[in-house]
Amino acid sequence: MNDMTPSKGCRDVPVLKERGQREVFCGLTGIIWLHRKMQDAFFLVVGSRTCAHLLQSAAGVMIFAEPRFGTAILEEKDLAGLADAHEELDREVARLLSRRPDIKQLFLVGSCPSEVIKLDLARAAERLTQVHFPDVRVLNYSGSGIETTFTQGEDAALAAMVPVLAKSDERQLLVVGALPDVVEDQALGLLEQIGVTPVRVLPAKRAIDEHGIGENTVFALTQPFLGDTHAALERRGARHIPAPFPFGEHGTTAWLKAIAAEFGIDESVVDRVTEAPRARARKAIATQAAELQGKSIFFFPDSQLEIPLARFVTTECGMNAVEIGTPFLHQGLVGPDLDLIAKGPVISEGQDVDLQLDRALAARPDITVCGLGLANPLEAHGLTTKWAIELVFTPVHFYEQAGDLAGLFSRPLRRKELLKGMPNRLEAAE
Amino acid sequence: MKLTVWTYEGPPHIGAMRVATGMKGLHYVLHAPQGDTYADLLFTMIERRDHRPPVTYTTFQARDLGSDTADLFKQSCRDAYERFKPEAIIVGASCTAELIQDDPGGLAETMGLPIPVIPLELPSYQRKENFGCDETFFQLVRALAKPMERTARISCNIIGPTGLGFRHRDDVQELTALLYDIGVEVNVVAPMGATPTDLTRLGAAHFNVLLYPETAEAAARYMQRELGQPYTKNVPIGVGATRDFIAEVAEMTGITPDVDESRLRLPWWSKSVDSTYLTGKRVFVFGDGTHVRAATRVAREEMGFEVVGIGCYNREMARDIRGLAREIGVEALITDDYLEVEQTIEALAPEMILGTQMERHIGKRLGIPCAVISAPVHVQDFPARYSPQVGFEGANVLFDTWIHPLVMGLEEHLLAMFREDFEFHDAAGPSHHGGHAPKAIHAEEPEVEQTPVAANDDNVIWLAPAEKELKKIPFFVRGKAKRNTEKYAAERGVHEISVDTLYEAKAHYAR
Repeated sequence: MNDMTPSKGCRDVPVLKERGQREVFCGLTGIIWLHRKMQDAFFLVVGSRTCAHLLQSAAGVMIFAEPRFGTAILEEKDLAGLADAHEELDREVARLLSRRPDIKQLFLVGSCPSEVIKLDLARAAERLTQVHFPDVRVLNYSGSGIETTFTQGEDAALAAMVPVLAKSDERQLLVVGALPDVVEDQALGLLEQIGVTPVRVLPAKRAIDEHGIGENTVFALTQPFLGDTHAALERRGARHIPAPFPFGEHGTTAWLKAIAAEFGIDESVVDRVTEAPRARARKAIATQAAELQGKSIFFFPDSQLEIPLARFVTTECGMNAVEIGTPFLHQGLVGPDLDLIAKGPVISEGQDVDLQLDRALAARPDITVCGLGLANPLEAHGLTTKWAIELVFTPVHFYEQAGDLAGLFSRPLRRKELLKGMPNRLEAAE
Repeated sequence: MKLTVWTYEGPPHIGAMRVATGMKGLHYVLHAPQGDTYADLLFTMIERRDHRPPVTYTTFQARDLGSDTADLFKQSCRDAYERFKPEAIIVGASCTAELIQDDPGGLAETMGLPIPVIPLELPSYQRKENFGCDETFFQLVRALAKPMERTARISCNIIGPTGLGFRHRDDVQELTALLYDIGVEVNVVAPMGATPTDLTRLGAAHFNVLLYPETAEAAARYMQRELGQPYTKNVPIGVGATRDFIAEVAEMTGITPDVDESRLRLPWWSKSVDSTYLTGKRVFVFGDGTHVRAATRVAREEMGFEVVGIGCYNREMARDIRGLAREIGVEALITDDYLEVEQTIEALAPEMILGTQMERHIGKRLGIPCAVISAPVHVQDFPARYSPQVGFEGANVLFDTWIHPLVMGLEEHLLAMFREDFEFHDAAGPSHHGGHAPKAIHAEEPEVEQTPVAANDDNVIWLAPAEKELKKIPFFVRGKAKRNTEKYAAERGVHEISVDTLYEAKAHYAR
């Protein structure tokens, strides 16, 4: 890996910390993908009409095969007396579980209003577990916007699952992070060929597929936003394998080699097993990278994927990062990726959206990665944007998706080129 | 506490955002946590706006709660004024900020900003989006509109259109042209497109056109009372309603309208013989009260449909819609629970739904065609082409939009004649929609000895041959045939439905 390490990475550069208006989703958004991933789980947000409206709007298309999530909307009388709110919650849960006997795990998800009125969902989860045991396990976490940003919702959900996992002294690898099924299968396939065994995943598709953990468990993260889950796993005695995140050819190889080393497997084995997929990934990236080479990129904070993705586009696609914004910088998790990013870009944490927009408009990057609220307004200023949320919702990890990942950045550029002969008439959007 | 999966309306501060985003030169300082910023995407993505909504969120976090969120609000207010230099500011709280009781209105008042600062009280745990629009616009009008000399020529204001409204953009254009045609000038359109300064000129108009009662009725009543401006009660959606609207304006103003109806095509399109198949099609109408009232009339009087049920999700219009339901002899469904709407549609088994995006999904599930007539909106409800709902062009648009989801007349007959054709079968859907796949030839269901099926709790059962015959009836009328037959059998104490019963019932209910 030494050949790809620049002499000076970004790990030690001073971070621009901002505390102003943020333009980010709250942690409830994670429910959109978690409820598809965990097939026997239901996510019950205890919140307001705003929470329900967010989930509906963020989901974009409504998933009318009855989704495995819903919002228990607090009403005036719930705010008046908390005792009543608990009773109401018990009633709604009982009604839900009797209608959906397929549900084996229920997550009570805290929201901004439930936190502000101090509705104790941990207590409610304990109480409801007693009522519905052994058919249903009731857990709780906060997806509130005063505590969590976007992907931190998944982190909070997984962290809530760790304490209830059984104890196991088995020597095993736990792969942590909700991945699309096809990607997860690829990852498990590679690990098996390398000879890492046994491998478990968190979250499992169903509660019944879960395994215990303990001091002989080592774990690898597939997502950089799992800070609390990381801490919860360490509290159970499991040990983290630090590595760059498995994006692109280099990231995936580094991730696999770090795991192989932990299991005493020689690098040459990894090289042999991954030779063909590495070549495919290289080829697929090269097609897209031709369009990305030398282009500048600016990341607004969104999902915490920004640093690993900046590592990918700078080291594997030849782009120049101007600013890499992240809602929260967890050195212990993204440190290995920061090491690989050449000094130069501003690393920023938190947000003051108006100031950051000023910086982006002044820098006029070739691509700006930002949230849905900012994309069209920036396009109207002549910038080219990539919606950050697509980087979370699309299979982008590991070798076979490396080309798709690069394509997510090159497509907006290609589109702009195709449509360049057609000036906007912006007043039409009024 | 109420379990909700999908909602018809957002919280009330979204309504305030729709007013602020529709206007120019107004800024909204919203005391809210960071997650509430999702609302920007409603405007930038769904409506494809090219600028951010004029909203500053305080985005307080958990750690701020212990210290001073009030200071954070004041700072945001000052920053917003400095950066955006608006003509006026509205201030308020979202659901979470309402709980911490910082009183944004009171705080903003003490800041001495050199522009009007209008506080909003929008109770998030009681009211919803439409109320938010209505109340925000009302507060703006109350603060800014003053009695003044009327314009020399007869003029009106068009009030109600907002950001993120269902076809508001095109409705305003069509209505402005119609009013011009009949000799009425438009003084101010608001909230959409108006500045706070424009609102100070509202009083110059002779009357108000209340385009959408959902979003501007409180303001219309206020202006009637305080500025002496009457407002129109007819919403000109459909041919009849447009003519009534014109007559109402004529009476209000004393003008003799000379109306050019040369572009109005709906009446002939509806009378031409190819439309015969629309006769008595059973439709269910659901949406906001205004659009439901309008669509019900168009469906019955202008398309020749049979309306089998109506309803609205906004309780503010419940009385009106209940009254209308009584008039036409159907049940009114007043609910914002989409599961309840789905159950009702399933039970009524209409041949078509005129609804919202929610009903479009329900229709997809139940195999019932649906045309969208009302908010809540979806990115598809912001077409690039001109597509108003009001006025004569609006009537033309309604005709086209409503018949598009249906299987056309001759096609319907062919489906009925050759029911088991493997490519041209009823489950394939209308042929002009594409995506209809040939049925696999081998998919013939194996003939098994079937036990008779219990039809309903009246102990009526379907004999196997009758059930098979029922399946030959095209799907868009099968539900109705099934229900009618069961009703017919139950009324006569017949417990087993044979092929004969099926056809006796058909003869009985023949129209």
